[in-house]
Amino acid sequence: MYTTDQFEGMVAGTITIEGDQGQKINTYFARPEGPGPFPSIVLIHHLPGWDELYREFTRKFAHHGYLAISPDLYSREAKGAPEDVAAAVRAEGGVSDAQAIGDALGAAKYILSLPNSNKKVGVFGTCSGGRHAFLAACKLDIFNAVIECWGGNVIMEDSQLTKKQPVSPNKFTEDLNIPILGLFGNLDQSPTAAQVNQHELELKTAGKKYEFHRYEEAGHGFVYYDRPLYHQSSAIDAWDKMFNFLSKNLS
Amino acid sequence: MCTMICETTELEGSAKGQKGWFKLKKVNVTYDHPFNAPWEYGINIDFVNPDMGVGSRVAVELSAQSAKELIETITAALKRGAIDPQIKTQ
Repeated sequence: MYTTDQFEGMVAGTITIEGDQGQKINTYFARPEGPGPFPSIVLIHHLPGWDELYREFTRKFAHHGYLAISPDLYSREAKGAPEDVAAAVRAEGGVSDAQAIGDALGAAKYILSLPNSNKKVGVFGTCSGGRHAFLAACKLDIFNAVIECWGGNVIMEDSQLTKKQPVSPNKFTEDLNIPILGLFGNLDQSPTAAQVNQHELELKTAGKKYEFHRYEEAGHGFVYYDRPLYHQSSAIDAWDKMFNFLSKNLS
Repeated sequence: MCTMICETTELEGSAKGQKGWFKLKKVNVTYDHPFNAPWEYGINIDFVNPDMGVGSRVAVELSAQSAKELIETITAALKRGAIDPQIKTQ
């Protein structure tokens, strides 16, 4: 915990890393000053894009002592104002799951290569990023913990599958070998409470190490302070749970 | 989570964006999270010209009900225009 007698510092800015298929992608990287070793976290942004909110989230993790890195999943598609880029990507049905997973892998590899890393890395995401985080956690063996925030379409109907999203992520539940923290609002339309129930049951049945927390009065994106669906008490509790979970699993 | 529901069509016309008027090429209509409107899901209409970059976009975010009313309003205007002697089919 931060105390006021600390003289803390942080370095944050844009770097370029190798993402999926070795392609160069822009990435926001924030790290505490000091020799470390520090645990790490990869942040996978939401559909509205690689925006100011995700930069703030990245710095928030750094403030709490993490090497925090957030790749621009839309880096290849276009450059421009985050909303304009996100709108263009949205019109194309989003980015492919394979590419998003590849970018998460590239970010994790980069951050683990740093001399001040403690060699443990988590993955975090909200909304579509929560879904991508779950997928990356199932498909890659590089992560030590995953935080899935209201990842809708983790459970997909066959009619929702596309070339870019060819498999419902819950089909990979058996492959998950790291602890997962799930945070959900019960008023959310996607994932619905029933879908979260199913997601949790599948993790339980498969014997996975999971923590799910549900907020009765919260809807979708309840941590986004810049959206009307922000729910203060749920958001504060969710951040506490996230940092406790990471502390347990990445220290 | 995002629905990824998107319907798109080419169209002719002009739109006024941040840098003034530009020639339209497409409209993308999504039923997904809006950026600004206060709902979880909305009808998001992006009038764009991809040839001019992603910034050539005029965005409108509507509730589903408002989207239906817009359709009816456009249809009503088209019906009136169809019988107006001043308007020749374009």
